[in-house]
Amino acid sequence: MAGSTPASATVSPGLGSVRRAPVTPTAEAWRRFAKHKLAVVSAALLAILILGVLFGPLVWTLPIDEIDFSARLQGPSLTHPFGTDDLGQDILARVLYGGRISLAVGFAAMAVAVTVGVLVGAVAGMSRGPVDVALMWVTDLFLSLPQLPLLLLIIYLFRDALAQIVGQEMGVFLMIVAVIGLFNWMQVARLVRAQFFSLREKEFVEAARALGASRPRIVMHHILPNALGPVIVAASIDVAAAILAESTLSFLGLGFPPDTPTWGRLLFDAKDNLDFAPHWAIFPGLAIFLTVLTINFVGDGLRDALDPRRVQ
Amino acid sequence: MTQYVIRRLLIAIPSLLGISVILFAVLALAPGDPFEELATNPAIPPDVRMALRASLGIDDPVHIRYIRWLIAMMQGNWGFSFVSRVDVDQLILQRLPVTLVVIGASQILALAIALPVGIMAATRPYSIFDQVANTLAFVGFSLPTFFTGLLLILLFSIHLGWLPFVYRADIAASGWQWWWAHIKQSIMPVLVLGLFQGAAWTRFVRSAVLDVVRLDHVTTARAKGIPERRVINRHVVRNALIPVVTLVALQMPAVFGGAIVTEQIFRVPGIGSLLISAVLSNDTPVIMAVTFVFACLVIFFNLLADVIYGWLDPRISYS
Repeated sequence: MAGSTPASATVSPGLGSVRRAPVTPTAEAWRRFAKHKLAVVSAALLAILILGVLFGPLVWTLPIDEIDFSARLQGPSLTHPFGTDDLGQDILARVLYGGRISLAVGFAAMAVAVTVGVLVGAVAGMSRGPVDVALMWVTDLFLSLPQLPLLLLIIYLFRDALAQIVGQEMGVFLMIVAVIGLFNWMQVARLVRAQFFSLREKEFVEAARALGASRPRIVMHHILPNALGPVIVAASIDVAAAILAESTLSFLGLGFPPDTPTWGRLLFDAKDNLDFAPHWAIFPGLAIFLTVLTINFVGDGLRDALDPRRVQ
Repeated sequence: MTQYVIRRLLIAIPSLLGISVILFAVLALAPGDPFEELATNPAIPPDVRMALRASLGIDDPVHIRYIRWLIAMMQGNWGFSFVSRVDVDQLILQRLPVTLVVIGASQILALAIALPVGIMAATRPYSIFDQVANTLAFVGFSLPTFFTGLLLILLFSIHLGWLPFVYRADIAASGWQWWWAHIKQSIMPVLVLGLFQGAAWTRFVRSAVLDVVRLDHVTTARAKGIPERRVINRHVVRNALIPVVTLVALQMPAVFGGAIVTEQIFRVPGIGSLLISAVLSNDTPVIMAVTFVFACLVIFFNLLADVIYGWLDPRISYS
């Protein structure tokens, strides 16, 4: 018993002796993903959330900034399913709008993190000696940076200057995406480097080299595609981390400007009215929680599906 | 062992220097001039302003300014808070103990949850207990600390009225009542941080124990007839903790991030809330110093993790 516990529930052991029809890698990955029930449910929920945020404002057409003092701090009702805030603004409309920003920040910051991470990891993984050592030292240094204080410091110092160049909302968006992305690439870099280390010694890479493939071609066509599995898993976790980081900044009152209702900002505004308008905090909070939870579960399912280390 | 600790200390120095370079680079690259206010003040003629700038060395090249700043930081000369009119190091020393107590207590709580739950889950893999624990762990680290904090306030302070939701440093009581008041107001901040960390660590402990449980020495121990409880405690857990220590050390920046948020929600007078109020009131010396203190704390805990690692894993060579 001691030797037979697979690292994950969805990896079926002992299939080696059974002959099966050949399956494509995609079909195999999907089969493993589909075995992770919570991941499948989460993927469906996440899809609903994303579609709702993208197309919800087309259906629910109440403006996000319509002030109505006759309907202040109302609980959930038919006209305002999520209730209203202290200015009588509809919270459902604001949550939908805020979701667009939070998700956009999450995916854009993930793209930045993955790009930097793959670049650093690939360079470190292909070069031996001082370059690799230096890059890994920088990676470890970034891993031990106190991220939130530095985020706050950078936003505090650069916000006004950037806002003057590209406008208030866009400036904050670009800065938050860049900064969150630049603090989240380390995991990806380490993964890619480790993959490169093992892949570059494999026979098929040797064969490509013998055929005269150039170094960039070997990296782009032979090594990188095989290293992508763990990267996709890390990327999904990065989306969740970025959404949390953005919400944290907005919750501290240091993210987007006050008239932009991101989820964190809604919670920031709601926290002083907690005793008589709890719905104001609960709906945006639930939105953050559900998004992050479903992304984490999908990431876990993707790990089972794509991460070759887990396959026995 | 002493030699090992000293070597680790020496390795920490370049990291600290690297962090100080990054911090200073951010500050040096930032737009804006501390003398902007003086420039618009008609009572100060331009040549006085220039002389003032020269005396403070603002126009020197950047590497000289960095070295001067670093020397000042090392001598404990951390500047003067613009807002509270106190030396920054005094301000931080006042606030630091509260932060350390709250973080320390929450880490103990996190360990108290993660170790037993993670070990139980891993020794009964894919049982109902394991599945429930795993799902709860996912819920635990997907719940952002600021949302859990608000939910706890809603439940314990507003609905039940059991706990105060504002942390007060000046409690007018003595003896055990003073202690009781402090414990009561610390429960929620510690709970928020501890549950969040505990959830993440439970997964680390579980997967580490799963990796060790299938090794040969465990089978041997079982075959010798050692009781299961002893096998788990002596042969599995100690070995499983080795990777966990590394992962926990990697989590330290996230712990401090969570501490800042928690302090802000419950108005705990620690260095995290000091940082936020400094950012909101443009108090640059305090922001720089607190960020640097957080960086030092992260490095210190990494060092601590290295020492624990060396104690747990005798294969590490000390020489």
